Amino acid sequence: MKKLLSLILTAILCLSVMVGATAQEALSGSIATDGSTSMEKVIGILSEQFMIDNPDVAITYNATGSGTGVAAALNGTADIGLASRALKEEEVAQGLKSIVVALDGIAIIVNEKCPVDNLTLQEVADIFTGKITSWKDFGGEGDIACIGREAGSGTRDGFESITKTKDANKLVQELTSTGAVITAVASNASGIGYASSSAVEGQEGIKVLTIDGVECTEENIANGSYLIQRPFNLVVKEGAELPKQVQAFIDFMLSEEAAPLVAKAGAVPPAQPEK
Amino acid sequence: MKMLFFLCGLVSVGFVLCISIYLFVAGIPAFKVIGISDMLFGKVWLPTASTTEPSFGILPFILTSIWGTAGAIMIGVPIGLLTAIYVAKAAPKKVATAIRTSVQLLAGIPSVVYGMIGMVVLVPLIQRTFDLTSGATLMAAIIVLAIMILPSIINVSETALSAVPAEYEEASMALGATKEETWFRVTLPAARSGVATAIVLGIGRAIGEAMAIIMVSGNVANMPGLFKSVRFMTTAIASEMSYAAVGSLHRDALFSIGLVLFLFIMLINLGLKFFIREKKEET
Repeated sequence: MKKLLSLILTAILCLSVMVGATAQEALSGSIATDGSTSMEKVIGILSEQFMIDNPDVAITYNATGSGTGVAAALNGTADIGLASRALKEEEVAQGLKSIVVALDGIAIIVNEKCPVDNLTLQEVADIFTGKITSWKDFGGEGDIACIGREAGSGTRDGFESITKTKDANKLVQELTSTGAVITAVASNASGIGYASSSAVEGQEGIKVLTIDGVECTEENIANGSYLIQRPFNLVVKEGAELPKQVQAFIDFMLSEEAAPLVAKAGAVPPAQPEK
Repeated sequence: MKMLFFLCGLVSVGFVLCISIYLFVAGIPAFKVIGISDMLFGKVWLPTASTTEPSFGILPFILTSIWGTAGAIMIGVPIGLLTAIYVAKAAPKKVATAIRTSVQLLAGIPSVVYGMIGMVVLVPLIQRTFDLTSGATLMAAIIVLAIMILPSIINVSETALSAVPAEYEEASMALGATKEETWFRVTLPAARSGVATAIVLGIGRAIGEAMAIIMVSGNVANMPGLFKSVRFMTTAIASEMSYAAVGSLHRDALFSIGLVLFLFIMLINLGLKFFIREKKEET
């Protein structure tokens, strides 16, 4: 009896693997997206809608960071790489091209207990490079704990290029996703960090600072008055012929129907859909 | 039939050989380009620096792994050994079963869960207790590692202690020693090789842990300090491997870190073999 039962279970296990295989060949296929952790909400909402419209397509999202997303697009492990920054010259030279799907602000967040509500861009730069080390300069107390991202992060890249602090950041923690930074700042009363504004919405325990008096809202990002912003890019190989479902997904994300979804996710749809 | 067993054995040997050869082949090029002493004794790790020359010093990682493992062993071994002695010798049956079950449960918890709990409970606790700007420090990593290696040490030590023949203990007590004296002067030395194996298992787990550490240790490539944010060899590889461009010096340097880690573990294992053999010859 036991032998029969274990044989049946093994057979079911093997068959379940094959079900997945046949489903891929017979139906419309899969799309693998990989990369930026900041783009999670945007890609999530867009892929949900696309999968409702096209029930035979399966879209997967891997949150590994912008640097990894670009590498995945380059070596073909993902259909679409996701980068929350512009492509570098070397990356374009290797045959990649980027398509802007949204604009996103980088919110500077502090713990909700922090007495500071506004900082200038220069003060933010000085804090992160270690020139200002104590909250006492702003009416608070304790030393400032700068929490940031790993070296390949698109958010970090955007933050460092706009505050002009490349290679000079003195961080107390380097975390690997935008969500982890939010959690770390929420649990550290003297923390300050940077995270995607789309991820920051609705989070508790943190406060979003205004930069030079400008609030981090969709309008201010769209009209450029909120300075710390960067594009959300889809990264694909230049000139490659993409599978039908991948091209259809990209076209959908750039269309007018996608704009309200992008806004719902907390980012800003690009001014004009690119083709 | 014998052929089948031989082939299965060959598979394991094959895997180990392949991994070792690949590590050497992939890890040596970076040493050649950067220079062994520059890499092994360099204190600055900035592989993606664009405004200055990139530097590949891995001394911070090596020292952090050594300190972290040593710290975990210093906390974990005494607690583990004493628990093992208690469970094997002194505890009433019900208590012993309860402890044994909890230890086995502890062994089954995935490392990510340790990391999560560490991040949410331990890190703020350390921050409050020691009045730091951030609790994600070497101290947090040592505590998490110590808890993780406890099950391995306790299980193996307990088995070794229970395997000591009862005659040894009876002889000792017949000569007038108390129970505690017997345990520490007779049973423990007799179970030496088992206990040494337990400790090496613990060291192996501690030095190879990446997932739990990445969440509690801060990950900034500093020279280690008990209350500073640090990066271990394992987390250095884990956090940068996915985006280091194929063929770049950065990626080769990460493989070199892997090679150093591998050599460390080999050294520890060989050291233990030596230690056991010496003791066996003595007895």
